[in-house]
Amino acid sequence: MLEGAESLRLWGETLRALGRSPGAVIGGGLLLAILATSLLFPWFTAADPLAQDLLARLTPPCWQEGGSLAHPLGTDNLGRDVLVRILHGSRVSLFVGFAAVLVACGSGILLGLLSGYYGGRLDSLIMRVADVFMAYPFMLLTISVIAVLGNSILNLILVLGLSDWVTYARTVRGSVLSIKEKEFVTAARSVGTPNRVILRRHIFPNVLSPVLVLGTVRVANIIIWESGLSFLGMGVPPPMPTWGRMLAEGRVYITDAWWLVTLPGLAIMLTILAINLLGDGLRDALDPRLRNIPR
Amino acid sequence: MARYILKRLWHTVYVAVGISLISFFFIHLSGDPVLLMLPPDASKEEVETLREQLGFNDPLAVQYLRFAGHALRGDLGVSLVHRVPALDLIFERLPASLELAGAAMLFALAVAVPLGILAAVRRGSLLDLGSMLAALFGLSMPHFWLGIMLVLLFSVHLGWFPTSGRGSFAQLVLPALALGLSLLAMFARLTRSVMLEVLGQDYVRTARAKGLRERLVIGKHALKNALIPLVTVAGMQFGFLIGGTVIIETVFAWPGVGRLVVQAIFSRDYPLVQAAVLVLAVLFVLINLLVDLLYVLLDPQISYGGGS
Repeated sequence: MLEGAESLRLWGETLRALGRSPGAVIGGGLLLAILATSLLFPWFTAADPLAQDLLARLTPPCWQEGGSLAHPLGTDNLGRDVLVRILHGSRVSLFVGFAAVLVACGSGILLGLLSGYYGGRLDSLIMRVADVFMAYPFMLLTISVIAVLGNSILNLILVLGLSDWVTYARTVRGSVLSIKEKEFVTAARSVGTPNRVILRRHIFPNVLSPVLVLGTVRVANIIIWESGLSFLGMGVPPPMPTWGRMLAEGRVYITDAWWLVTLPGLAIMLTILAINLLGDGLRDALDPRLRNIPR
Repeated sequence: MARYILKRLWHTVYVAVGISLISFFFIHLSGDPVLLMLPPDASKEEVETLREQLGFNDPLAVQYLRFAGHALRGDLGVSLVHRVPALDLIFERLPASLELAGAAMLFALAVAVPLGILAAVRRGSLLDLGSMLAALFGLSMPHFWLGIMLVLLFSVHLGWFPTSGRGSFAQLVLPALALGLSLLAMFARLTRSVMLEVLGQDYVRTARAKGLRERLVIGKHALKNALIPLVTVAGMQFGFLIGGTVIIETVFAWPGVGRLVVQAIFSRDYPLVQAAVLVLAVLFVLINLLVDLLYVLLDPQISYGGGS
């Protein structure tokens, strides 16, 4: 098991390594800025994302002829402000992304720990179910389940999270298989420490690093999937604005209003780029640390 | 080897059973298909008669066993909406999905592998930094948004390609590009990192020390070993693509299986959804088996005999 001071030292090293990576600094900074904007913008503007101004419908962004500073990124077909809708959409995407990853992480870690530690029939059963989930066409699974349960934020989080547990479970299981043979685990077992205590105190902290890297990458994937589901009309129910639904609605006006299909997509891309940059940095920072884990 | 293939075929069977169970029970919870098949003014007696005729009054377990028994004989049911065998509809649409996935994969591999190799060989150069930055952007774009952007640029503004449909090469270009660009980014990054690892190995140093030409060192010694992880990821991605082109098929009105299934889910066409998901999952497992067998060709050291 990693002792407290040792654990703190390694996390400190990781943070220093992250600070040395320009990609991670840019990605982390960008993600922080996006998160802060998404959380704090209601303090600076009370604009309603659903407020319609039919006289100002399809107004272009302010830098284009016909645009105005009243609607910096233009308006949609109902005269709703694109910037305000993108800001509100960011809350949905980020919340669903992080929450679904928590669900996936939680279920994946638990099943991976049980599967790797206890082995035998339980391991076989969990891994066979994982095989089935791996082969199930992911998008079709989520659409089928949303069609059955109905589309709400909670259902979306549960469906996206529970569809994505396999990668975590397999990663954790792999780590547990090697860690459970280490001396500190054998020693704990030989003095009669109960299995759940060994799992919680000795094994769990040592499988967190790969899960952290994986989780960062998967947040990006989940945000893309959520916007894809919203694009198909299976995401968060209307009238709440989401990036995916903005793209789907804007597609109808692609010949007259380029900003409706471009700007929400740019918002998704920037967010994913920030997460990917941070994920790359984290992976590079944690890799040497993984090699240093006591064996 | 034969034992390994048998084991993998058994794996296909239990995956198929698992998939059919999940889709069967989920889809049956979504509502009553009989109400969709009859006109809105149908009487209660008519609804009840049709339900009895189709066997929907039987317990779910009985309905599943009946479905599984028929499936073993190659009968995956009849589409409730199209009134033709579900398998016929899927096999009618499958070539379109395979064509799109295949074109995207070919494009991605054809560009990504040379790019990844060049980036690794010229590590730290402008080409390396530029291509990896572009790859990072490529990975960060949702493919359906990229598809819309391609339509905006190449169809709406330049008028070079049609916006939708299938039939000509021009109609394939934009959806294949939209699907392929994120794959390209993924493969280029993977090729670069694997090549960097391989280029640092002793046998590559030995080959160089023997005075072999650089082109031969990279092409013969390094690339062959770098191909193994690339084949794994490409194979898995191809499996995912066949069932994962749903949104791109919607953006470009591409008549593939994905779009067919989404329409079937919305219209609660149970037999069609079950059949399509089953076919796609079995295809996914078979593609992975094929990839595993490809390893043997790529690396004679890998053997699947004797339980290794």
